[in-house]
Amino acid sequence: MKEYIRKYFVLRRHQFAVAVKKAKKSRNCYLFLAPYAILFTLFNILPVVTSIFFSFTYYNILESPRFIGFENYINLILQDDIFLIGVKNTFLIAVITGPLGYIASFLFAWLINELPRWIRTIAVVVFYAPSIAGNVFVIFSIFFRGDAYGYVNAFLMDLGLIDAPILWLVNPTYMLPICMVVILWMSLGTGFLSFVAGLQGVDKSQYEAGYMDGIRNRWQELWFITLPNMKPMLMFGAVMSITQAFGVCDVTMALCGYPSTDYAARTVVTHLFDYGYSRFEMGYASAIATLLFLTMILCNKMIQSLLRRVGT
Amino acid sequence: MTERRKKQRHQAAILKRRQPNRSRAGDLLIYLFLILVAAAMVFPLVFAISSALKPLDELFMFPPKVFAQNPTLDNFQDLFVTMGKSWVTFSRYVFNTVFITAVGTGGHLIVASMGAFVLAKYEFPGAKTFFNIVVVALMFNGYVTAIPNYLIINALGWIDTCWAIIVPAFAAPIGLFLMKQFMEGLPMSLIEAAKIDGANEWKVFTGIVMPNVKPAWLTLIIFSVQSLWNNKAATFIYSEENKTLVYALQQIQSGGIARTGQAAAVTVIVMLVPVVIFILSESQILETMANSGLKD
Repeated sequence: MKEYIRKYFVLRRHQFAVAVKKAKKSRNCYLFLAPYAILFTLFNILPVVTSIFFSFTYYNILESPRFIGFENYINLILQDDIFLIGVKNTFLIAVITGPLGYIASFLFAWLINELPRWIRTIAVVVFYAPSIAGNVFVIFSIFFRGDAYGYVNAFLMDLGLIDAPILWLVNPTYMLPICMVVILWMSLGTGFLSFVAGLQGVDKSQYEAGYMDGIRNRWQELWFITLPNMKPMLMFGAVMSITQAFGVCDVTMALCGYPSTDYAARTVVTHLFDYGYSRFEMGYASAIATLLFLTMILCNKMIQSLLRRVGT
Repeated sequence: MTERRKKQRHQAAILKRRQPNRSRAGDLLIYLFLILVAAAMVFPLVFAISSALKPLDELFMFPPKVFAQNPTLDNFQDLFVTMGKSWVTFSRYVFNTVFITAVGTGGHLIVASMGAFVLAKYEFPGAKTFFNIVVVALMFNGYVTAIPNYLIINALGWIDTCWAIIVPAFAAPIGLFLMKQFMEGLPMSLIEAAKIDGANEWKVFTGIVMPNVKPAWLTLIIFSVQSLWNNKAATFIYSEENKTLVYALQQIQSGGIARTGQAAAVTVIVMLVPVVIFILSESQILETMANSGLKD
């Protein structure tokens, strides 16, 4: 018995020595990684950790943080009605635009895949441009202007569908749907590029082999050959979609104002800005950030385990 | 036997057709659908551009025309006149944004490539763990870390300087991720050959690896330029002379009905830079994105 324990420790010591030796040998590797690693830790890891820490405190920048346990979280969930509106809106937007945008990204990437090269090049620009075009989406506030000179109002009145102009961006009934349309318009982003590139990389001989094995139409081809080949890109695209879907705030703030009527267009992120930058309740804002962080990570992990089953 | 040969000949004939599993009607329907959607996607952009080219009377014409009847560049001229009258000269805003975008993108490219190179090509303790953490960082966006970031930058004393925007941009996770995935495709023999010829690690990196991953450079550049160019930096920068172009332009945009034409010109200027860069580098970007997949 003693012999075994001694041997175990000898082995461990040996393994440790090997690891140290390896680390010493790869000194250069660490030197290369160091600049990125330091900055990444400082601006990505440390903020998450401090955010979690501050979420348990009362902190307003002027005074030093005071530990208050779970009070921030309790207040958020039990007392802050506006936060609950924000959560509801964010989830609605995420659940509708997230999957739709993701599916649209794949669908259009797939449909343009067989076009001749030069048309495909143009099509990629056309579909991708809205997502990188800065704040062009403010143009929708002209389309949906509330008076009779707003283009959508004028058009609908001409058709006789409505008698009086609708206050699209002030009336809570219409705010969220309009924001969703705009977000969908901008949703063919990084994931879309990844899909376009991935589809081009699928081995052509697999399709021929598939035909020999009795694949009869493009849908079967999609399910049995294309999708399994695209799995890594599908994962990447999902990460991009989810991250974006939960972070909605630019569009709602630009179109519906900040704050919006009855908080009807408030999202979790605008609530976070409100408490962080307007009221300087950093502890409370950190609690919001932490909840958002957990939701994003959990959602990503869930979707990834779902996507692993595609085509198998 | 003849039965089998007949079947084989049939299959060979079908394979010779360009696309075996496609029906003509289906293709037509898809084209129609694509054209409709593409028109809807591009309409707001076209409308924005043509608004910027409309003279004042056409801007307020009702019902509106999609295309400008008498296109002019008056709106852009007016914009420069307004900008010339602003308290801080216009060129200062341009300089700020160009400086932030150029330095931020350049630094990000160098720092992320150096990290990606060793993560992709060498095995050392901690490499896998570090990369997995970077992937997790892809899963949440900047809003989550906005407030602690402010506190950290405050502690570093960078509030109200351009470094508050530039230095955090160096560490964007998407750049390292894409670069590493792309570099994995480089043959190890290339690096080993250079080492046998006596090149050190740094020589290998600058002389062999970087010239071979140019498509990935462009991809990193477009993603970085896109986020920096559009960065309003409103939370970090207070003094007028350090503000960015987009921020100044948005002030004009919110200038009310009298500035409608100029606002349209602003929208076009802000949107053109990232879109043009993308158009110029599309094929290289797609080459990089082919390696973007997340493997288990």
